[in-house]
Amino acid sequence: MDWLFFGEVSVAGLATGGLYALIALGFVIIYKATRVINFAIGEIMMFAAYLFLSFAGGMQLPPLIALPLAVLGGTILGGVVEKVMIRPMLGESPISVVMVTIGLASILVGMAEIIWTADPQLLPDFLPREPVFLGQLYLAPKIAYGFLIAAAVLLLYLLYFRFSRGGVALRATASDQAAAYSMGINVRRVFNLAWVFGSLAASLAGILVAATGGLSPQSGVIGLSVLVIVIVGGLDSILGALIAGLFVGWLETVAGAFFGGEYRMLATFAVLAIILVFRPYGLFGTHEIERL
Amino acid sequence: MRIGDAKQTYVADEALWTSSTQQIWFGLLLLALLVFPFIANSYLLYLACLVGIAVISATGLNILTGFTGLISLGQAGFMGVGGYTVAWLSLHTAVPFPLALLAAGLLTAAVGVIVGLPSLRVKGLYLAIATLAASVFLHFIFSEWTSVTGGMAGLSLRPAQLLGFSFHNDFRMYFMIMPLAVIMLLAARNVFRTRVGRAFIAIRDRDISAEVLGIPLLKYKLLSFGLSSFYAGVAGGLFAYFFRVVTPESFPLAMSIFYLAAIIVGGMGSILGGVLGAVFMTLVPEGLKLLTAAVTPFYPQAPVFMSPLLGVVFGVLIVGFLLFEPNGLAEIWRRIRRFFHLWPFRT
Repeated sequence: MDWLFFGEVSVAGLATGGLYALIALGFVIIYKATRVINFAIGEIMMFAAYLFLSFAGGMQLPPLIALPLAVLGGTILGGVVEKVMIRPMLGESPISVVMVTIGLASILVGMAEIIWTADPQLLPDFLPREPVFLGQLYLAPKIAYGFLIAAAVLLLYLLYFRFSRGGVALRATASDQAAAYSMGINVRRVFNLAWVFGSLAASLAGILVAATGGLSPQSGVIGLSVLVIVIVGGLDSILGALIAGLFVGWLETVAGAFFGGEYRMLATFAVLAIILVFRPYGLFGTHEIERL
Repeated sequence: MRIGDAKQTYVADEALWTSSTQQIWFGLLLLALLVFPFIANSYLLYLACLVGIAVISATGLNILTGFTGLISLGQAGFMGVGGYTVAWLSLHTAVPFPLALLAAGLLTAAVGVIVGLPSLRVKGLYLAIATLAASVFLHFIFSEWTSVTGGMAGLSLRPAQLLGFSFHNDFRMYFMIMPLAVIMLLAARNVFRTRVGRAFIAIRDRDISAEVLGIPLLKYKLLSFGLSSFYAGVAGGLFAYFFRVVTPESFPLAMSIFYLAAIIVGGMGSILGGVLGAVFMTLVPEGLKLLTAAVTPFYPQAPVFMSPLLGVVFGVLIVGFLLFEPNGLAEIWRRIRRFFHLWPFRT
């Protein structure tokens, strides 16, 4: 076995895993606060990436302006979706709510194909191009800088949840909705806030992922890998999302490099199956006790 | 106007037909289905076959998701198992089609039971994702187990055979698909008049309560998976006979979502709903095609937008029905019937 190659692949995988962790964080925020599984998160990413393509490629805006604009667009999309589609479903069975997000995913894919055509496209370069070396290990610059940005944003999120008023409200609602409500927290706004923050993380991650891997209306299938991550890490655990994100990113890349592309999905879903059998609530998730 | 709905026994309440009028209508429907292929053109015949297959598969998913409350994203994978079984049998043996379909159904049921095993420990969304994992595994097997499945190129089938009679066109396929669809629908309807069906419904409504009532959860959940997969397997087998080719791409994830959408639009937990949903969702793309054809002379770009528009329409239908008519087309149908039953009074 070539250890240098293995090291390079591993580092690239871990860096990709950082991006996954960011997406998974967006997913977990929404789940923790609103108990909604968002199957459309991959499609929100894809949509934000296309917005970036339009702003930076079509309208020739500099990337530093296009990036916040595109992230803002994806964030607004999340907020509007919550208001229009998710809120009326409050109190319905989880299956129905999940199906709403699946329907949303289908709508977004179709719209992206209508607006931006079905052809795969490349995002304009906006990350530095010098190769990055960690010791002897070569790392593609896009992946490396994507990881750095993702890590910085993750840190900001964690600080926000720990210290800000909005973050405390989010955590309070997640731990006990009724208590939060009676303490004067505007739970509806928190729900909206959760979708906004979740979509923000997803949008940013979507642009970074598209910058390395290209973009097509089908890019949203990355949402499936993210589902695996959040199940492995535990649906309501931010720490779990981070660790499982790194792990699944690493596993996918290594399996893809050593066995071939068709084994990527297989490896992740094999991990998923094992976790579901032995620890259904994930590595760090809360084991919910059901009462009648 | 119909007055009173007095039933004195449980059997009467659960009867398939409550009045002879219903029996007459059902007889007329069967007659119409019998006459249909002789007057329909080839396009309508083709659609009718597609609808028949979709109805069987949607009913299978409805048993699992609508009646037992176990959400599954693996329907396409199950249909694939059935399709490949039939294809393999058709290539390597000379079994008549009823046996091949039975084998497809049984094998798929076995696969379904295995996939259902986690359902005792996990439920709801976790289960949905477990079935998603199963469909990823199945897809992998379809594309990689080349010696049996033919890999990405897939398998081509000979026409279905029965006692030297060959089902090689849509007209003959209709007489294979439609009777099967009717029989399987009646069977499904009857399941829910029995102990087993009531156990399914109890599990859907509240599984812990069901267990307290003495329903062994694992047994009935696996039974539901098996029954549902049997339907999916038969539908997949018919699919294979109908198109006479199966590839891994014949059974994409989008197909699973299509069937979920069909039972949502039609009405979960209602056999009629599964039928209406399957018919409606199969005809929506055709309606869009007609619309596109009508618009093309004025706007030549229209065909390009056909397939993405279809995705949007599917999504809007799913979301719209969930938001505004959660009980689906079956509820609309019931409302129309009630209007006529109670006329001239308002419902």
